[in-house]
Amino acid sequence: MKRPFRPALALLRGLALASLAVSGPAFSAEEVSLYTTREPGLIQPLLEAFTKESGVKVNTVFVKDGLIERVKAEGEKSPADVLMTVDIGNLIDLVESGVTQPVQSQTLESVIPANLRGADGRWFALSLRDRVLYVEKDLDLNAFRYESLADPEWKGKVCIRSGQHPYNTALIAAMIAHDGAEAAEQWLRGVKANLARKAAGGDRDVARDILGGICDIGLANAYYVGHMKNAEPGTDARKWGDAIKVVRPTFANEKSGGTHVNISGAAVARHAPNRDNAVRLMEYLVSEEAQGLYARANYEYPVRSGVKLDPVIESFGPLKVDPLPLAEIAKHRKQASELVDKVGFDN
Amino acid sequence: MNRRFPSLPFGLAARAENGAGWLLLAVLIALAVLAPVASLAWAAAGGSLAHWSHLAAFVLPQALANTALLLIGVGVLVTLLGTGAAWLVTAYDFPTRRMLSWALLLPLAVPTYIVAFAYLDLLHPIGPVQTAIRALLGYDSPRAFRLPDLRSLGGAVLVLGFVLYPYVYLSTRAMFMTQAASLLEAARTLGAGRLEVFRRVALPLARPAIAVGVSLALLETLNDIGASEFLGVQTLTVSVYTTWVTRSDLAGAAQIALTMLVFVLALILLERHGRRRQRYANTQRMRPMQPQRLRGAAGVGAAALGWLPVLAGFVAPAGYLVVETAKRLHRVGGVSDALIAGAFNTVGIAAAATLLTLAAGLAVAWAGRTLRESARRHPGRACARIASLGYALPGTVLAIGLLGPLALVDDALNTVLSAVAGIAPGLILMGSSLALVLAYTIRFLAVSAGAIEAGLARVPASLEQASRLLGESAGGTLRRVHLPLLKPALAAAALLVFVDAMKELPATLLLRPMNFDTLATWLYAEAARGTYEEGAVAALAIVATGLLPVILLARTQPKTGH
Repeated sequence: MKRPFRPALALLRGLALASLAVSGPAFSAEEVSLYTTREPGLIQPLLEAFTKESGVKVNTVFVKDGLIERVKAEGEKSPADVLMTVDIGNLIDLVESGVTQPVQSQTLESVIPANLRGADGRWFALSLRDRVLYVEKDLDLNAFRYESLADPEWKGKVCIRSGQHPYNTALIAAMIAHDGAEAAEQWLRGVKANLARKAAGGDRDVARDILGGICDIGLANAYYVGHMKNAEPGTDARKWGDAIKVVRPTFANEKSGGTHVNISGAAVARHAPNRDNAVRLMEYLVSEEAQGLYARANYEYPVRSGVKLDPVIESFGPLKVDPLPLAEIAKHRKQASELVDKVGFDN
Repeated sequence: MNRRFPSLPFGLAARAENGAGWLLLAVLIALAVLAPVASLAWAAAGGSLAHWSHLAAFVLPQALANTALLLIGVGVLVTLLGTGAAWLVTAYDFPTRRMLSWALLLPLAVPTYIVAFAYLDLLHPIGPVQTAIRALLGYDSPRAFRLPDLRSLGGAVLVLGFVLYPYVYLSTRAMFMTQAASLLEAARTLGAGRLEVFRRVALPLARPAIAVGVSLALLETLNDIGASEFLGVQTLTVSVYTTWVTRSDLAGAAQIALTMLVFVLALILLERHGRRRQRYANTQRMRPMQPQRLRGAAGVGAAALGWLPVLAGFVAPAGYLVVETAKRLHRVGGVSDALIAGAFNTVGIAAAATLLTLAAGLAVAWAGRTLRESARRHPGRACARIASLGYALPGTVLAIGLLGPLALVDDALNTVLSAVAGIAPGLILMGSSLALVLAYTIRFLAVSAGAIEAGLARVPASLEQASRLLGESAGGTLRRVHLPLLKPALAAAALLVFVDAMKELPATLLLRPMNFDTLATWLYAEAARGTYEEGAVAALAIVATGLLPVILLARTQPKTGH
């Protein structure tokens, strides 16, 4: 046998070539690394403004699923400083999987109300997202209760995304917390019976399908309406947005009377190599300026009080938040997900 | 080295045939592919089994039925479209046949999730198709008249079938082209009509090729998550996601994924078992069959039939992207630097992965080849089977499985480097796009190994026997005899892997380094945000970048003679 490891050499050559195509992380003096499940386009303006103000460079990676698994696998060498995600359940998962660390910050504690952050500073909400009813614009409907979505009068007229999406499991979890699992199951069966089409797609599809005559009403997050109604005239998004109006539903439960709200938030990573910059970034994100961007560029509700809203969002009227603690919602979300399976909501 | 191998028992013979180096390399590659599976098995073993009663009661009946119907539907559709189109352009001559024979490959350039998205828009009640129908019928509102919703199992079968048929077309056409025309002509002489020749001679001969193509298409279907999400089809893969993402139960999700993997393997082995005694090597100089000329209406009909899959699988969705991009480009103000950087990343990383995948595929296929009928079961073969596992797992699940092994290697590298050189470089694999290159290689090894194996199977064993008897080593024989003969197979494998790597989304999202976008992740981010402005541009860029390799791929295919 002359050259037994020719193929090995070929492999090595391949690897060498491959490494030419790689780009290692750049190390500059002042930086902070952000792992986020939020779409980069939404937060990029915020990050650019932060860099401009502080001189700290922000590295980002947008991870859709598996943020926890990735940070866990990277372990002590993980370059992640700030972990950002949406949905209270996802935030609590971050904390419970042990990839975060507690933070004490006067700024964060004074700006963010106590019910919108972890008691020990392990997570902080950065914006609120209310789940509202999109209504065909000519329909005479100006008040609504989440419970009514199961009323037979809406048979074949309701659109909604997959019941397993965190936005929906959180709402169902709130329903469980308010009225108990049995009532929630009855309700979910009623909604399922009212669906005009499969529970699929995204929140904007509710508006699109209302325009397309498939349904009359549907549940979706409020900020999409800001995006659609503010889109340039003539675009598809604008047409969808113009086809609907928004009604903020409330829970019928007498203790509540408020609208279901979820959050987007962030935490400092357990092994953050730039811990100080991580806190700086988070403090910046609740500043007057950044919260204004959240409100007027992303159309989300700011956690900071006194921030001016976008006119479209302003037109929905004052937001009365369901007083149910977020932790209570997080507690019931697994049960909610199983309920979705049980009633065959997505089938 | 003992070259009189026919007298040795098969284990020794295998070693003598291959050289220990090749076998060792194949084993190493197989181990690399097994690593994520093992890490998933580890995760699965740590979980509770309690969720299975919930799954069995409420999820599995529906998910199994949906998955089975989806696979059967897509399987039938890709077989009909792929085989039918391949036979049409091989056995008949009609206007535009030459162009059609490569155009049929075009849907390969478009990711399934883009096609699903495009059709959802095109066929929506407010989309162009239904608007035109309403105008024609005199309805003024979608509330007065609309077609059934695309979001259904049937819709998913149609969308996936029209995008994935090229896998079958590609493998089957190569088989039809290289089949000895004499066999087909003998059947004709014996009185069989064209259709009967197809059914009784060509089809049975092409069965391994169809099987290869269909299994690739079905694995893509099984692991699809994007199109299913858009079209609302609850498959087993969706259940894996729900268990993992919504219920935060990675162990439970790994259990479902591994159970699926076992079933997939069982099906693949069953199919191989079914044709275990068939060998297709051909020593004759191949003479392609003479296509029958169709004239007049028959010719136009054949052309129309042949162009239908191209129209549905490529022209319509790509045309949609062009129109959408044209509508939006002025608003974006051209193509951003980030998008251009993304395009470079995409091509660079897909090229690196293609090289590595090709080398690894060649190594396992070569180590697994047989010189004699009796040597079917040798360790190299087992390695080749294991090396194909990566394609049978959903992309994200594979990526999750890879996290553990990658971290182990990074740890080991740091330990060694700090001991030897006193430096701790941090995350070498996970901190760079090397992790992605490895992930793509593991994922798409099945594609290259399969194509190369099929190519090797067509090289008669007598050629190697002659070469070895004349004193050439195994490696020398590979280089001097087989590689030149394998060129078309290698080129086809390279281009398929490149296109697949370029479109890859789920593993890329999880494993890429910071500040690193590919066209697919860019598109995903834009679509997730709901501002499709640059999304349409990125989608078009993926399709355009995919076109070049697909056209090259078409050129590597054997030509029909006139």
